[in-house]
Amino acid sequence: MENFSIKLKVWRQKNNKSQGKFVDYDIDDLNEHMSFLEMLDVLNERLISSREEPIAFEHDCREGICGSCSMVINGKPHGPLKGTTTCQLHMYHFNDGDNITIEPWRAKSFPVIKDLVVDRTPFDRIIQSGGYISVNTGSAPDGNAIPISQEDALYAFDAAACIGCGACVAACKNASASLFVSAKISQLASLPQGQPERDKRVVAMVDQMEAEGFGHCTNTGACEAECPKEISQEYIRKMNWEYHRANIKG
Amino acid sequence: MLDSRIPPGDLSSKWSDFKSKVPLVSPANKQNLDIIIIGTGLAGASAASSLAEMGYNVKAFCFQDSPRRAHSIAAQGGINAAKNYQNDGDSVYRLFYDTIKGGDYRSREANVHRLAEVSTNIIDQCVAQGVPFAREYGGTLDNRSFGGVQVSRTFYARGQTGQQLLLGAYSALSRQISKGSVQMYNRHEMLDVVMIDGVARGIIARNLLTGQYERHFGHAVVLATGGYGNVFYLSTNAMGSNVTAAWKAYKKGAMFGNPCFTQIHPTCIPVSGDYQSKLTLMSESLRNDGRIWVPIKKGDTRDPKDIPEDERDYYLERRYPAFGNLVPRDIASRAAKERCDEGYGVGSTKMAVYLDFKDAISSMGEDTVRSRYGNLFQMYNKITGDDPYHTPMRIYPAVHYTMGGLWVDYNLMTSVPGLYSIGESNFSDHGANRLGASALMQGLADGYFVLPYTIGEFLSKDIRTERISTDDEHFVKAEKKARKRNETLLEIKGTKSVESLHRELGKIMWDNCGMSRNEKDLKKALVQIKNLKNSFWSDVFVPGSDNELNTELEKAGRVADFIELGELMIYDALDRNESCGGHFREEYQTEEGEAFRDDENYTFVSAWEFKGKDKEPKLHKEDLDYKEVTPTQRSYK
Repeated sequence: MENFSIKLKVWRQKNNKSQGKFVDYDIDDLNEHMSFLEMLDVLNERLISSREEPIAFEHDCREGICGSCSMVINGKPHGPLKGTTTCQLHMYHFNDGDNITIEPWRAKSFPVIKDLVVDRTPFDRIIQSGGYISVNTGSAPDGNAIPISQEDALYAFDAAACIGCGACVAACKNASASLFVSAKISQLASLPQGQPERDKRVVAMVDQMEAEGFGHCTNTGACEAECPKEISQEYIRKMNWEYHRANIKG
Repeated sequence: MLDSRIPPGDLSSKWSDFKSKVPLVSPANKQNLDIIIIGTGLAGASAASSLAEMGYNVKAFCFQDSPRRAHSIAAQGGINAAKNYQNDGDSVYRLFYDTIKGGDYRSREANVHRLAEVSTNIIDQCVAQGVPFAREYGGTLDNRSFGGVQVSRTFYARGQTGQQLLLGAYSALSRQISKGSVQMYNRHEMLDVVMIDGVARGIIARNLLTGQYERHFGHAVVLATGGYGNVFYLSTNAMGSNVTAAWKAYKKGAMFGNPCFTQIHPTCIPVSGDYQSKLTLMSESLRNDGRIWVPIKKGDTRDPKDIPEDERDYYLERRYPAFGNLVPRDIASRAAKERCDEGYGVGSTKMAVYLDFKDAISSMGEDTVRSRYGNLFQMYNKITGDDPYHTPMRIYPAVHYTMGGLWVDYNLMTSVPGLYSIGESNFSDHGANRLGASALMQGLADGYFVLPYTIGEFLSKDIRTERISTDDEHFVKAEKKARKRNETLLEIKGTKSVESLHRELGKIMWDNCGMSRNEKDLKKALVQIKNLKNSFWSDVFVPGSDNELNTELEKAGRVADFIELGELMIYDALDRNESCGGHFREEYQTEEGEAFRDDENYTFVSAWEFKGKDKEPKLHKEDLDYKEVTPTQRSYK
């Protein structure tokens, strides 16, 4: 399909101090092989040629792995396609004449910086609070000295696949960061290397998550449904278990 | 002028001797030494965390919103290490030899040997950090084989090895940030190196959120800023990947090594239209079971399924019966271009060839193919809408990696004292062609295990240097210059968008300095680039202002630097009258159309010195002295 058109409603906001609003844009001459972000590139080129400010949005690798892109498309973080980031969404999933609404992640802890760009540094601070194994360069034993069953390795890997985009927060009615936080906690808690700091880590990271103002998890499962890497909410159960375990051990 | 400072002694003991003799800096003195690191990919993040652990004060900068998003994250295949866990005869020497040969004998023996030596430590370090590498049932680490070698030495984490390694380095970095030993500056772009008395002593950075210019002092400055593949506009690099920091260093006296050595990866999803913003790589591993072909008849528009076997040209199997579809990257790429240029290409643009799994599916079954390549097939399907289980993939080569970069000595220091370059941003280890799974290895080797030692040689002499105030005139002047440049970009208010000028540059570079090059076209391109530069500086339009988040302004500065780099790449390609690795000069080929290397006249590193605006750069040569291996002509027939 070539030369098809869509009607966009895009959130425009000059900066974090100003009020934002939706602005309508009609674009035509689209090609179905364009990615969603390339469609926005085309729109931005047109805005620039008519001396208007282009729409600011985050993007970098455009391969679905860096976690930069962050937009809510027709009410869904990263759009309609399951297990897909915005940058990997292509226009052939839309039809001629469609109305498409684009908004930034909406969460108190992710304030809007400009248009569709939000501040996700709370995620960095949560990792800094304990999302690591304390091992200095050069002090590691041989890689095969610690055998890890394939099952444990896969469980850890599925959690480690998180790209830190924040779609889980955007999808959650409570703006909870539980899926993101639990994925890192579960990855490290399920590996032998992560045992020495296991209790300290979960408490520190959960405390930091709360300090950042993210909401609580009420098990709606929206995070898993919208996660572009399809990370299971089973990890949230694991995080809760780890948290209580650590506190009971005191 | 070019002193590679390779330590004396046997190749295999150079690095251990160096480590035993390099002067140390005492813990008390380390606290008083500041190191600036630009970029937080594998090289930058691993260097920042390791140096901070040692006790130095580190300031790290990245332009992304978080250090975890650097483009190392997109590497798919794996990381090489000479562990010999598979008991298949691998060794440090073999990894060294394969890398030198794969680089078509245009890299330094001492550097490559060191890389092979530390490769094993990298795996240990990453496992200890919790990187979930693929494992065997018994719990030990799994390996796979990769292009161009006869052993299985590639460690991997599904198709997301880069992501997992980067997140490991990011976690180590995060730990140091929490301890206060690394100050992290997200969303900051370096706009200049500040030089005082001939030494790099700091940087000018722009806060991308507020537009504020900042001055930062460092006893040493480390660039870990990645490659410059985006000079071609379309590449597999991230949209933000750029050459700006390296280019500013070049203009301050750091020489640029082998700029024309770029790697074109043979299996990428082809361009589908003018709106295309970037290209997506399909892992090299697909060539293990897929067969590459084009129709025998020119301009054949039939559905590939309707083209009978005897009307297909499996050109790699035909030309290279010994290696077939598994020839190295540079050779596979050129062969695809040759067929398409002759008019045998497929798809709507005719600039694609088929990668067909029909035979693999009929011999081993769809389930086996799915278990091996399922995630790649899914990615292809997402992007193109085609189902590769039933119709062949369409692929075409794309710019993927740059072997060239800032010239560095054995210590990874550029020709500017106190200024270092690590990872893809330097030229050091891959010669004229990089082997698969070696980029991750080099980035982490430089950051975790090489720079933390070698930087001591410079810093141990610098312990008496007091921190210099950023009110110093050199800082003031550099900031003024950076600010002025952005003001100029905003004031031009011409008619062309940054993107359209970048696209023009990409076309000039791809058509004339891409997969194959010749003197006539290169000379023509030189004129075109000069015109483009004029057009940019007189007719670009950059909206918005300097005191806010302005992505167009960021892009404008980067594209302006890419244009200048493009010119340098052409000078380099013109000067190198031979074909080697990724550099194929049409005038220098064998009768059968293979690359013809000229060892007698070109066994050197080209290091280019900036001589001033609109002046021709000056070439310096670092002769490569092969003591351990004897260069031979590569043959895959």
